[in-house]
Amino acid sequence: MGEHAVEVEGLVRKFGDLVAVDGVTFEVRRGEVFGFLGPNGAGKTTTINMLCTLLTPTAGRATVDGFDVVRQKREVRQRIGLVFQDPSLDDRLTANENLDFHAVVYAVPQAVREKRKRELLEMVDLLDRADDLVITFSGGMKRRLEIARGLLHHPRVLFLDEPTIGLDPQTRKYIWDYVADLKKREDITIFLTTHYMEEAEHCDRIAIIDHGRIIALDTSENLKNMVGGDIIRIKTDDDARAEELLREKYRVNILEDKDCLCFEVERGEEFIPRLFQDFDVSIQSINLHRPTLDDVFLKLTGREIRDEEADGFMADMRRMVTRVRPPFAR
Amino acid sequence: MGALEKEIVAIEGGKAVKPVERKSSAMRWAMRGIYIIWLREFKRFWRDRARRIGGFAQPIMYLALLGVGMQSAFKVFGGGDVPYIKFMFPGILGLTVLFTSVFSAISIIWDREFGFLKEVLVSPVPRSSVALGKIIGGSTTALIQGAIFLILAFTPWVYGFSLDTLWKVLAVMPLIILLSLSLTSLGVAVAARMTSMEGFPIIMNFLLMPMFFLSGAFFPLQGLPRWMDVLTKIDPLTYGVDALRGIMLKGLDLAAGMPGNIAQFAAWFKDPEILRIGLEKGYPNPSALSSMARQATLPVQAHPLWLDVLVMAGFGAFLFALALWQFNRAE
Repeated sequence: MGEHAVEVEGLVRKFGDLVAVDGVTFEVRRGEVFGFLGPNGAGKTTTINMLCTLLTPTAGRATVDGFDVVRQKREVRQRIGLVFQDPSLDDRLTANENLDFHAVVYAVPQAVREKRKRELLEMVDLLDRADDLVITFSGGMKRRLEIARGLLHHPRVLFLDEPTIGLDPQTRKYIWDYVADLKKREDITIFLTTHYMEEAEHCDRIAIIDHGRIIALDTSENLKNMVGGDIIRIKTDDDARAEELLREKYRVNILEDKDCLCFEVERGEEFIPRLFQDFDVSIQSINLHRPTLDDVFLKLTGREIRDEEADGFMADMRRMVTRVRPPFAR
Repeated sequence: MGALEKEIVAIEGGKAVKPVERKSSAMRWAMRGIYIIWLREFKRFWRDRARRIGGFAQPIMYLALLGVGMQSAFKVFGGGDVPYIKFMFPGILGLTVLFTSVFSAISIIWDREFGFLKEVLVSPVPRSSVALGKIIGGSTTALIQGAIFLILAFTPWVYGFSLDTLWKVLAVMPLIILLSLSLTSLGVAVAARMTSMEGFPIIMNFLLMPMFFLSGAFFPLQGLPRWMDVLTKIDPLTYGVDALRGIMLKGLDLAAGMPGNIAQFAAWFKDPEILRIGLEKGYPNPSALSSMARQATLPVQAHPLWLDVLVMAGFGAFLFALALWQFNRAE
């Protein structure tokens, strides 16, 4: 063990009778952005908490940067950065003081402390607010500050637990830009959880987790290939002729030919240019639908990941209902 | 560990930052934790104007209202020549330290509620150092509150502005530190595993009120029924208040009453001599009581100072260990 950034083997965590994490095994390669995707209550946060030494596993073992999360807690803690789902800043201190606190408990050498603080605050666009109390910050600013704080001690692995939950679309995009930028700039592995399908696309590899088990693990591309190819819909001046052409020349299977022609191809983005190159019939419109991770999850579990983007109360209610309802159509 | 340090240096833009050899032993990690947690605790206290003013205003209120109001009653019930305000001043000092210390621990529950505790608990600093930082931080705030209150000791209504008062005030400081360390430990021990911000004051008041009333802060501990007498001797705060009062009224004399043998020590436990005298002379006869009070060393100090300090230290050590244990067990 220890070759990969994170290695997990048969990890189990029970809370009384509830099995939150039910024997997961996976590894996170160095330098990749690895995503844990699953509905609320699937065991994502529990797994993260075990990996960052906050929870003791009931069974199984895990290493982070080669160190055992149970026996070598301090070594693990020094090497990880964390951004929790819920805020964990001291809002009665200033942004700067929060970073100072972190720098001391992680033993960031004094010589480089100020320089790093400046760099990070600049990166998350908070340099001009450095000496303001955190209580005056918006949710997005707090999250950004937490990301800066998580990086202050140059962790080998950065854990982001639902980094964009509860944030507005603009800030969410912002944060993903930071993550992408970070991956380029630093020699760092990023492990994140999310229940937003579209966000999981930012990951190099995705593990889909449901009821405490990993049900699929691959690149988003490969996962989507599991559910089939891309669907292309075209409208032409002469559908009958187009259908004939498509069948004979491109050897595609026409699924539907009422209002438009609908067919499935392996790689839509490569197929369309080919089509435009030498298609005799003039095309009125063309539409490419690529399978989403939603489709993947639906196929694997028979359920959809509830999208809790919708605000506030109704989302909470829906979440509760989802939890109570037994899994159907499996 | 050395490898990590070198790495950090290497990452710093490749500049020649000297790879200073830093010891990162467990001790260093612990010191870091204690220091920064203490600093944070202190900053938060200092920024909270309500806490500073409230912590000062409350004891003044007690002193002004109760101190004046109880004066005549105190004389009748055996206070003798000692003015009540001088008698109760150390008691209110004890009260201030008690409440500031114990309630400073609520910050643990607060931190848990608002997530900051997580940041602390996943950091590489050992847990005990977190608890220790909290305890020292809480005692610091209590010491500050106590010191501010002690300024009042110099007023003519209390002990007056004199070198003697200054000496007593200085002598009382180490006692306040000892007292606040043990009481903050008590707070931390209770708060360590609590999740309810509302529950903490309820439990604490349930614990603190009897502790406070039985400590003799407001009235001399004499002529009490047997059961209550026993309770006052169990109460750790009794010894704190007793020591504070002893110093403030008689001056610092650690050796006073040091027994030559254990017998005297045992006799103290059997005692209540005062109660017997009181019963014989038949109270409530004010004159009998007050003459009796003058005969005895009471009401100034019930126990010799060395005993007070010893018992306080013992309780302190116990509560301190309890706090660390509870905090390490949390979550």
